[in-house]
Amino acid sequence: MSTRLKYTTDLDKSVLINNFEKRGWIPVGPDEDWNFYWATVQTVRSIFSVESGYRLSDDQVINHFPNHYELTRKDLMVKNIKRYRRDLEKENSPVSEKDEMGRYIHLDFIPTTYMLPADYNLFVEEFRKNPSSTWIMKPCGKARGIGIFLINKLSQIKKWSRDNKTSSFSAPSAKDTYVISRYIDNPLLIGGKKFDLRMYVLVTSFRPLKCYMYKLGFSRFCTVKYTASTNELDNMFVHLTNVSIQKQGDEYNAVHGGKWSVENLRVFLEGTRGKEVTDKLFDDMHWQIVHSLKAVSGVIANDRHCFEVYGYDVIIDDNLKPWLIEVNASPSLTSTTSSDRIMKYKLISDSINIVIPPGEGPDVRWNKIASRDNYGNYELLYDEELAAQEAVAQDAKGKVGRLSNKKPSTWK
Amino acid sequence: MSLSDENMKHIVNSLSEEVLTDKLNFEFLKAAENEASRLESGLADLKDYVISGLKQSGHEQKLANFVLRRLPHIKQLHHHLTPEEHKKEPITYIRKSQLAWEKRIWKSLNSMCTELSLPLARKRPDKDFKDMNRKWSELGSDEPNLSQIRPVYAPKDFLEVVSGVKNPNCNDFPLYNNWGLIQATLKVKSLHELRLQYSHMSINQAQSGVDDLTRTPTDIFQGERNKLAKKVIKSCMAGAVQEFLKKGSPTGCRNQIWNSILGIEIGDEEKLYYDQLKNSVLVHDLLVDNLIYKDIKLTATNDDQYFVFEDYLYQVLLPFFRDLVILETIKKSTATPAKSYIRGKLGNEEYAVFYPPNGVIPFHGFSMYVAPLCYCYDDPIMLYYVFRAFYARFFHHLHCVSSHQQGILSLSLLFERLLQQIEPQLFYHLCSIGVQPLKISFKWIIRAFSGYLCSEQVLLLWDRILAYDSLEILAVLAVAIFSFRKTNLLQIQSFQAAEAVMNDLTGLKVIPLLQLTLFSE
Ligand SMILES: Nc1ncnc2c1ncn2[C@@H]1O[C@H](COP(=O)(O)OP(=O)(O)OP(=O)(O)O)[C@@H](O)[C@H]1O
Ligand SMILES: [Mg+2]
Repeated sequence: MSTRLKYTTDLDKSVLINNFEKRGWIPVGPDEDWNFYWATVQTVRSIFSVESGYRLSDDQVINHFPNHYELTRKDLMVKNIKRYRRDLEKENSPVSEKDEMGRYIHLDFIPTTYMLPADYNLFVEEFRKNPSSTWIMKPCGKARGIGIFLINKLSQIKKWSRDNKTSSFSAPSAKDTYVISRYIDNPLLIGGKKFDLRMYVLVTSFRPLKCYMYKLGFSRFCTVKYTASTNELDNMFVHLTNVSIQKQGDEYNAVHGGKWSVENLRVFLEGTRGKEVTDKLFDDMHWQIVHSLKAVSGVIANDRHCFEVYGYDVIIDDNLKPWLIEVNASPSLTSTTSSDRIMKYKLISDSINIVIPPGEGPDVRWNKIASRDNYGNYELLYDEELAAQEAVAQDAKGKVGRLSNKKPSTWK
Repeated sequence: MSLSDENMKHIVNSLSEEVLTDKLNFEFLKAAENEASRLESGLADLKDYVISGLKQSGHEQKLANFVLRRLPHIKQLHHHLTPEEHKKEPITYIRKSQLAWEKRIWKSLNSMCTELSLPLARKRPDKDFKDMNRKWSELGSDEPNLSQIRPVYAPKDFLEVVSGVKNPNCNDFPLYNNWGLIQATLKVKSLHELRLQYSHMSINQAQSGVDDLTRTPTDIFQGERNKLAKKVIKSCMAGAVQEFLKKGSPTGCRNQIWNSILGIEIGDEEKLYYDQLKNSVLVHDLLVDNLIYKDIKLTATNDDQYFVFEDYLYQVLLPFFRDLVILETIKKSTATPAKSYIRGKLGNEEYAVFYPPNGVIPFHGFSMYVAPLCYCYDDPIMLYYVFRAFYARFFHHLHCVSSHQQGILSLSLLFERLLQQIEPQLFYHLCSIGVQPLKISFKWIIRAFSGYLCSEQVLLLWDRILAYDSLEILAVLAVAIFSFRKTNLLQIQSFQAAEAVMNDLTGLKVIPLLQLTLFSE
């Protein structure tokens, strides 16, 4: 057994502390010699900033990548994915294949999105093609559903931009930039209600990309029956699945918190829609996650002291097509129910077991792929090195497999 | 087993009577007409022509499926002098117990009415009718005031009744050595007989629920099972489908497999009938509706597996309590549906109506019979008919005192006998500290384990109920769970501790447990 590790954390969350204590780790202050730091994104930013002059040693591990926001800020994620698609297209990659309508077959997984005010004209052009469509406005720098609203008329946007134009000469800061996305108005409903999925993904390295998928995700249900009727556009209990929003409703149930496990969702879909379409849905979702990570792998500072657990938010539409809504760098570790607490405890425990294999000390020079025994509820989602080897092996056999036909799961 | 001629005649008569009142008859006539109209040659060949036509169009198979489905449920042949009540339930002391029990719950229902000054039924005001109609698919959001409503009875109350059923003739001379609660003397199967009955579940046979537990895509077993499932479904042969189901269904085909065995097809007629039931919900407000509301709110609404289906449950259960098809089933069973009289006409049979209209008074947890089905059927009407079929075929046995082999009395006894035989040490330990095992397992059995196991496991269990056309598997599973938790149970010293050990069953995988109990030496 190796020495007892020293940990520090900015977050006073029981699911974290209980995990550290269970391991017999020793709490230290952030300025002391820690081995493991569960930090906020702000802390990580300052640790890695040029001014701090901080240098991490080989036995220090921290829970965010320095510029994770390339993936987790709503506007930057969209920008990076758009660029990724263009690049693939330039390379003539089979993944960038399009259908007769000019839509990407494999890469069309985020709702059409524009930045406001920057892309205002582009948005108007798009809106006019489909004048009665609904769009969702989200402030870039906020979370938990704050500041989100739906629109279906241009006049509403115009009014919004007038109301927000306080100082017309200063450039808009991140605070008052928005993204506007096509609203998925045909979400898959279960029991008449809208839901989204929260899935956890652990990245241990971006170059080469190595990531794991957590099996214990969940769906979050609205408490009020869904209606696409435009009369209800401002009823957020119908449209936003955020727990922080739904909690305020009369119908909120504190026993289950409107959360339904992904396993249940899977049994339901298989039972009511069949196995093939369900398998495809989950495969599609896995691929989207891999693509979104690849889209930023070039721009993320791949510091080897870092790992990160992302919260992926996905909406499934009624054709069983999944749409990536956003990626969170600090998925909530607050527990709403007792099974939620158990799940989050396991999430942290399983994540630690992968980045610091049990019985070993932290060593950032490891190859970032855990031994299978330490997966816990994770499964390997994608290992770029392994994929490359397989591709070589396939080339050697003379059958060049198209990436798009290969599911990440085949590399498990 | 050979049948006497008389018995054979009885069965054929019963079946043909049933066919004549089934919609199958109508379908047949139409199909036959259709065939006949295509006849070109002489009338002499008509009969042969029509019959061969019916064969080709799959109608013969439909008839075969019908016979297969109904055959096990044909009532036994009685002497023509046998009194009606005896036909319903041959054992007098059991019949009396059920009657006394019915009286008791009926009284408690009525006293609730008096206490709360609520009528058993009332016409809904026009406005409420419209409101409810508009909100039909989201009834959960707009509940009536339920604070005063309490379930009429809980499994616990019913267990008292079941364990009090006693053969007056063998008062102090127990015929066998039973440590359990059940005193009724009924014949139940031995372990050996169960082994034969469930031989398809033995360990050397690959099963859904065991061999598909790993979700690896290369799983050969799963692929093969899926292929075979599609083949038998396509064959339309209910017998073959039922045989297939003995080893469990792949999740993705379960709804079709169950439909085929239960004989469920939703056409215009079924939709119309459901609409009529719905309309009678809208027209009349029944006190049992409140019981159902309350039950759903207390169970499914708070259940992290089922809460998403809450609104479906109302759409299934409210109409269910108006369904006269169920009343007919109940009338044929040991139960005697309660009657209520129009105001001022008490005792006057002309003004008597069955209450509730379907003859069933729900116990606490009743809605859990529907909840797991929501994982297979995403349409309320479909759900309705599947649930109704399950109820009429199986579940009604679980809350009625009867001598039926599927009845709760027999199942309870079977549980106790098996446990005593397989785990004598455990049974003895529990008894010695005053813990009767049935006090723990009864609630599982009466709900067919719904709400106790995780939903996928419930479905795998219900697969076997349907495949073997028997509820006996519930008693076997209850024993299996006791065996599985034996080490812990042997250490406890109180009822609370025993309950705590048995409290959470959501991690259990039922099929391997059943196999262990049935087939290990
Ligand atoms: N394009 C869309 N179509 C339909 N629904 C959407 C769309 N975008 C967002 N939503 C709904 O709104 C909710 C909130 O959106 P989103 O997660 O992007 O922002 P947020 O909640 O502010 O961010 P965070 O999850 O970090 O708190 C989502 O969970 C989803 O239910
Ligand atoms: Mg969100």
